[in-house]
Amino acid sequence: MSVIIASPAGGIALKTSRRRLLAGIFLCLAGLGIGIWTLASGDYPLTFYEILDVVRGGGDETARMVVMEWRLPRFLAALVAGAMLGLAGALFQSVFRNPLASPDVMGFDAGAHFGAVVAMLVFGGGFFLVAGGALSGGAVAALAVYLFVARGLSGFRLIVVGIGIGQLFFAASQWLLLQAGEEAAVAVASWGLGSLNDMDKSRLAYLGISAVLLVPPGLLLARSLRQLELGDAIARGTGLDPGRTRLSAILVGLALSALVTALVGPIGFIALVAPQIARRLTADGDVALVHAALAGSILLGASDLLAQKIPSGMPLPVGVVTLVLGGLWFFWLLLRSGRVGTS
Amino acid sequence: MTARLGLAVALASSMLCILALASLAIGAKSLPLGEVLAALTGDASDVANEIVAMRVPRMLLAILAGIGFALAGAVMQAVTRNVLADPGIMGVNAGASLAVVLCVALTGMAQPMTLVWAAMGGALVTGALVQIFSSLGGATALRLVLCGVAMSAIAGGAGWAVTLSDPDLFRRVLVWGAGSLIVTDFEPVRAVAPFVLAGVLLTLVLGPRLNAIALGNDLARSLGVGIAGTQMAAAASVVVLAGAATSATGPVGFVGLLAPLAARAVVGVDQRAILALTALLGPVLLLSADLLARVVLPQGEAPLGIVMAFAGAPVLIALAYRIGDL
Repeated sequence: MSVIIASPAGGIALKTSRRRLLAGIFLCLAGLGIGIWTLASGDYPLTFYEILDVVRGGGDETARMVVMEWRLPRFLAALVAGAMLGLAGALFQSVFRNPLASPDVMGFDAGAHFGAVVAMLVFGGGFFLVAGGALSGGAVAALAVYLFVARGLSGFRLIVVGIGIGQLFFAASQWLLLQAGEEAAVAVASWGLGSLNDMDKSRLAYLGISAVLLVPPGLLLARSLRQLELGDAIARGTGLDPGRTRLSAILVGLALSALVTALVGPIGFIALVAPQIARRLTADGDVALVHAALAGSILLGASDLLAQKIPSGMPLPVGVVTLVLGGLWFFWLLLRSGRVGTS
Repeated sequence: MTARLGLAVALASSMLCILALASLAIGAKSLPLGEVLAALTGDASDVANEIVAMRVPRMLLAILAGIGFALAGAVMQAVTRNVLADPGIMGVNAGASLAVVLCVALTGMAQPMTLVWAAMGGALVTGALVQIFSSLGGATALRLVLCGVAMSAIAGGAGWAVTLSDPDLFRRVLVWGAGSLIVTDFEPVRAVAPFVLAGVLLTLVLGPRLNAIALGNDLARSLGVGIAGTQMAAAASVVVLAGAATSATGPVGFVGLLAPLAARAVVGVDQRAILALTALLGPVLLLSADLLARVVLPQGEAPLGIVMAFAGAPVLIALAYRIGDL
């Protein structure tokens, strides 16, 4: 997906697109490596050729069971959810022109989580109810943040208001869980940390359908967002409606992250980090939606692999791993650029 | 000015007394006030005596933790000249509670005194890290908040990972981890009290120096106040106060944000007055939250941390809205 920008210096545009292609290939190879590692390792180790056999439709019964029923659905879920989060983060960061604007930092995920909890505990659950609850919860949180920061979408206020909204929704979810009684609370609590541990085929199917419906519209926005980043006046000059572009990017981003929250739970930091990695890899200062989605897949896949590898009495939710990794990334970012604080 | 401070202190003290008595009276089995007063002198019925005796340590612990969180916040705000500095937002509480969880996980059953030391160790490490990382490249308000977010995420995630490693630990830590004051004996009070007292004394000594720091580092230096020394002493008091408070109640946020904010709104800019009033308002806040936590659920108790989040998050949003972009 290397759209060559019309540019008087054709050479530069070509060079950019080549770098983008290489970055994309690098990300795909990294994803493949993590995938093989995920499928091969575990309590029942498999060799590369055994996995190849199984994928081709052969292999012995146990190996088939382990790969097709347990490890592959989980890994695919990590890829799809990661891609959705990475894309959502890239959309928000481009629209708000703020590298810290992501659905987790701004409290949208906490809102979606609250909506999903309400749907589960009050209305009994079911995919469509929970998804609807997450979508409306995320939208309410986004609206609240928007109302408070409308006077200026720059750094400080956006982040602090987001933290506040997030805390409020988080407390409200905890509140509901406490009233629900212990059994429901424990069941919802493991999902509340963001987990791929009990991923099954039906949830994977829902995840896949959500991705098929939402990822293409998100990617199609790349061109408009690129124009928008040049400034509203220039964008309008090329026949673009800035308000409508922004609104559609926000809506698609919200839907992407809310559906992941509904199906996997609130997973922090992927949406924040993946677009930043993508921009660093492509290094042309341009919107990189595909790369962000790929980076999100790889990050979530690697985090989930790590979650499975850390010895633990209870299965470790992947959200715990991304929390720690994301915090470390944040520190690294602050260390590297003295100027991020003033962005 | 002093008349206003006197009035505020008198009002806050009487509120504190009323809330302390209410905290002895209200609960799963509520008692009339007369009976509480009688029980304090040992003249009430056996049941009432026993109930009040069980509630006294909880009331004392709420007061101590309230002082700890609130004063830690006030000192941080004074030193960083940032109204958003709060041991919860800055990740200090999260670090302290990670250390407590680790301590329980490694040693099995932990004594309250061990937990206080562990919590202070955790507060020291995270506080130092946040301080170092936020000051690299110039400490701005946003940098400070972001460092706090990063620290809370790391400590919180690590805490969950440790907690989930052992189902038994999970059940024991879950209640404490959301912030709670469920105690029935004096042991935690005895463990926490000396540290809170030491923190309060240190803060009292620091008052005049904090006033000088508020004027800016250059001016403070010209007034003969050592910046580095004051900052170190302030950091020490934050570690002791926030660490001891966290070991008592678990990570409860926003007390250190709200109490100094209210104090500043009433008495103005004199740090000594702010500190004095904050030390009263912190316990008032935590006692009210604890009372609310007891009565608000049809059965059982709500975690203190959640009650405080409902009170504190809107104020945080309003603050960010009012200050605008720094």
